[in-house]
Amino acid sequence: MVPMACVGLALVNTGLGRARSAAHAMLSSLCVCSVAAIVYVIIGFSFQGTPGGQAHVFAIGGKTWNWIAAEPFFLRRLRLDFSPVSLIVLLQIFSVGLASLIPLSSGADRWRLGATCVSTALLAGLTYPLFAHWVWGGGWLAQLGANYGVGSGFVDGGGCSTIQVVGGLTALSITWILGPRPGKYTPEGTSAAIPGHNVVLVLLGCLFAWIGWLGLNSSGAILFGGAEPSRVILVAVNTTLSAAASALMAAAVTRIRFGGPDASLVANGWLAGLVASSAGASFLKPAAGILVGAVAGALVPFAIDLLESRLGVDDPGGAISVHAIGGLWGLCAVASLSEVGAQSGSRGQWLAQLVGMATLLGFVLPLTYGLNWLLNRVYRQRVDVEGEWRGMDLQELGAGAYPEFVVHSDDFIQG
Amino acid sequence: MKLAGLLLLVAGWGIVMSAVALLPSLMGRAGFALAGVAVELLGLALFVNSHLVLSAGKG
Repeated sequence: MVPMACVGLALVNTGLGRARSAAHAMLSSLCVCSVAAIVYVIIGFSFQGTPGGQAHVFAIGGKTWNWIAAEPFFLRRLRLDFSPVSLIVLLQIFSVGLASLIPLSSGADRWRLGATCVSTALLAGLTYPLFAHWVWGGGWLAQLGANYGVGSGFVDGGGCSTIQVVGGLTALSITWILGPRPGKYTPEGTSAAIPGHNVVLVLLGCLFAWIGWLGLNSSGAILFGGAEPSRVILVAVNTTLSAAASALMAAAVTRIRFGGPDASLVANGWLAGLVASSAGASFLKPAAGILVGAVAGALVPFAIDLLESRLGVDDPGGAISVHAIGGLWGLCAVASLSEVGAQSGSRGQWLAQLVGMATLLGFVLPLTYGLNWLLNRVYRQRVDVEGEWRGMDLQELGAGAYPEFVVHSDDFIQG
Repeated sequence: MKLAGLLLLVAGWGIVMSAVALLPSLMGRAGFALAGVAVELLGLALFVNSHLVLSAGKG
């Protein structure tokens, strides 16, 4: 089921982009998933590892800090059967593909195909496995509870931080490095709306993503959260309730603000609900699942507006708001609303979650920005101006996604 | 300004890590961790502002 989440995000990314870049967006999604899977198998897993596996550890004040795994490259030490470790590897191949699709949304209509592949290699080979080791591979964040008595350690069952926030912060870095699309901002700084070209694809993508997230949250809860398989029903209920509440809240907010529900913002609300449910779907009561989704759905339309209108961040698909901000809210919800916070002491769990979020902001964001900035110095990531006006399909692929239709008029204006 | 923002982000994380590793009490750790997050947010604000200035310069 998990690859359905990738299908969903690919459709959402494509639908929210321009028609002149639609084929490029889908091809980029395929290439990014391919690069992520191969790079993760070659080097990524050796840095991520699994709890109890080989790792580089050092001690401070008698406490061990597990920083990075030391598994051999190419999965050489693993027997890929039905063992939990091999299931983790399979889930991670899908998960790293999902994380890699998130920045595609923010770089839509201007990010070169070659650059997306190299940037994905950096994400799948270094950034993702390193943080995932800290959370899921027996690393220091997961051990905060055992080593320092900080709650139950940093808790994230379904990849809210490792997949969603890491992907969202990479999306933010890419947006800053690429800059806005031509025509997005006037010289005075006022933003112009560039609507997605196919909202049907976007909404269909949301339904695919729902199926994918049911698998992602369930398998994550069992493999990483230590949940009993019988908890899968609770996970599925919470995932669905969170997405539903988030979409309805986004619909209500956009109806109040704009006089009617905005389809693309409601779709983003649905995704934000799925994202926010990921951290604690196996620990939440259904009422808390609804609350988690409702808050995510209220946050997303305002976050998208803030980033676009006030902060000059041109994020065509709203990926930063959905995945980074929705994900950070999901991590907070584990401490405040879940059974984990109640069992281990709410203050301690709040501190554990806070340390995890501080690591995302203070380590992952500078790392992913720095890597992509360096890449941009040696290999320009943004397509040239002419290519932006022609569209990514014609510029990089030589043919459009919809050749029998005249889908935009800029060619004639420019020509 | 961009580099200062980046350094503040990392410095804030350093404060949070130091609080967890060095302080014994939960309240002390929480206080310093919050201070570290505040430094990170300051760095993020500088970082965002530096990109706003760059965008305005290009416009």
